[in-house]
Amino acid sequence: MNMHEFIAQYWKAYLWTDGYQLSGVAMTLWLLVASIAIGFLLSIPMSVARVAKNPFIRGPVWFYTYVFRGTPLYIQMLVLYTGVYSLSYVRDQPLLDAFFREGFNCTLLAFALNTCAYTTEIFAGAIRATPYGEIEAARAYGLSSFKVYKRVILPSALRRALPAYSNEVILMLHSTTLAFTATVPDLLKVARDVNAETYATFEAFGVAAALYAVMVFGLIWLFRKGESRWLAFLKPQTH
Amino acid sequence: MFLEGFGSIILDGTISTIKLALLSMLFSVVLGLIGASAKLSKSRMLRNLATAYTTLIRSVPDLVIMLLLFYSLQMGLNNITEALGFNQIDINPFLAGVITLGFIYGAYFTETFRGAYQSVHAGQYEAAIAYGLTPAKAFRRVMFPQMMRYALPGIGNNWQVVVKATALVSIIGLTDIVKVTQDAGKSSMQLFYFSLVGGLIYLAITTVSNGVLVWLQIHYSAGVRKADL
Repeated sequence: MNMHEFIAQYWKAYLWTDGYQLSGVAMTLWLLVASIAIGFLLSIPMSVARVAKNPFIRGPVWFYTYVFRGTPLYIQMLVLYTGVYSLSYVRDQPLLDAFFREGFNCTLLAFALNTCAYTTEIFAGAIRATPYGEIEAARAYGLSSFKVYKRVILPSALRRALPAYSNEVILMLHSTTLAFTATVPDLLKVARDVNAETYATFEAFGVAAALYAVMVFGLIWLFRKGESRWLAFLKPQTH
Repeated sequence: MFLEGFGSIILDGTISTIKLALLSMLFSVVLGLIGASAKLSKSRMLRNLATAYTTLIRSVPDLVIMLLLFYSLQMGLNNITEALGFNQIDINPFLAGVITLGFIYGAYFTETFRGAYQSVHAGQYEAAIAYGLTPAKAFRRVMFPQMMRYALPGIGNNWQVVVKATALVSIIGLTDIVKVTQDAGKSSMQLFYFSLVGGLIYLAITTVSNGVLVWLQIHYSAGVRKADL
């Protein structure tokens, strides 16, 4: 099979649908966006808890990020997918049964928890690095602790965390390749299926690799735009 | 017993994972040093080659590269053996794992070492040459020990990533922690429990290596003054 026939036959599956459901690039991007969005929203309160003075607030969050950053995502997926579903307690509860039966749900849960752990540490680091003068000034102006976070610490910390966060998003895109182990038809699953069908190994995985690279460059471009917009005040000043 | 008789195969899998991680680490450090010197060299071709390597590897997911290399290596070898009229030689999955992981993380080490080398003041090298050291000696005695201090945080990060990436090799058929704990879970019908055991083993490895890294960091920061806050 030459490259023309190959593309003519499989381009749809690689890009957006295998005829029944989302597949390929569309599925990969959907997994990425959904897990990043959930992880981001959860990580903001968690990063604030992570830097709390009270060890009973800080401790559990530390433990959570420690466990999720210290184990491979693949193991986390196996625990949440085949592991949890092998428990008879889970299968007996209709709600839990419906949730954990679907490979997609387990995958998304594992991805979101995993990226949330890394993002929490990134944001917590940025919060800790906030110049103390800014916080003291905000307090001196009579802002409540909540307002100090909302108006002073978080807007600046999230901006300063952007370069590290963009790395995390790109690594998360790389991690979505694990979705095929839970039968989710992401880009790598399509490539594997095509490989099994055609034995054209180099074409099957090469096309997927090129598409992943395009997505990564797209993300880098987006984050560069974001940085020049939100981090303009940190640029070296020229007069 | 709490591992229900699967203790010895789980130990075997753990040893296999640790061996794989150490060998891939060694291979990728060597590649990283070569890549960094190519990136810092005066030859434009070498620089471009190294840039192509790091850009390509870091933009394509490790699992895709792993599958691509694993299957293509086997097919390439099949073509060679077929052309020579030999029997098919199956690539050892352990060796394939070391090569692919080393090749992938070599790109990350290239960037780590390049950054570390550039963090050491260029005057150090010039002074060493001025004292009559050969370039090789200047690197080994002057640049390398100082460079290590800057490289260590990156090396530590990469090591943790390599350890976690070894979990992927069970997908290309290697008997590692993931494979043995999944097998144990399937045959004892306790998949949840044994998946957690697998996770705990990884957690133990990353915890121990963290301790070692902190110690190394202190060792290589000898003579560096820190301000008390």
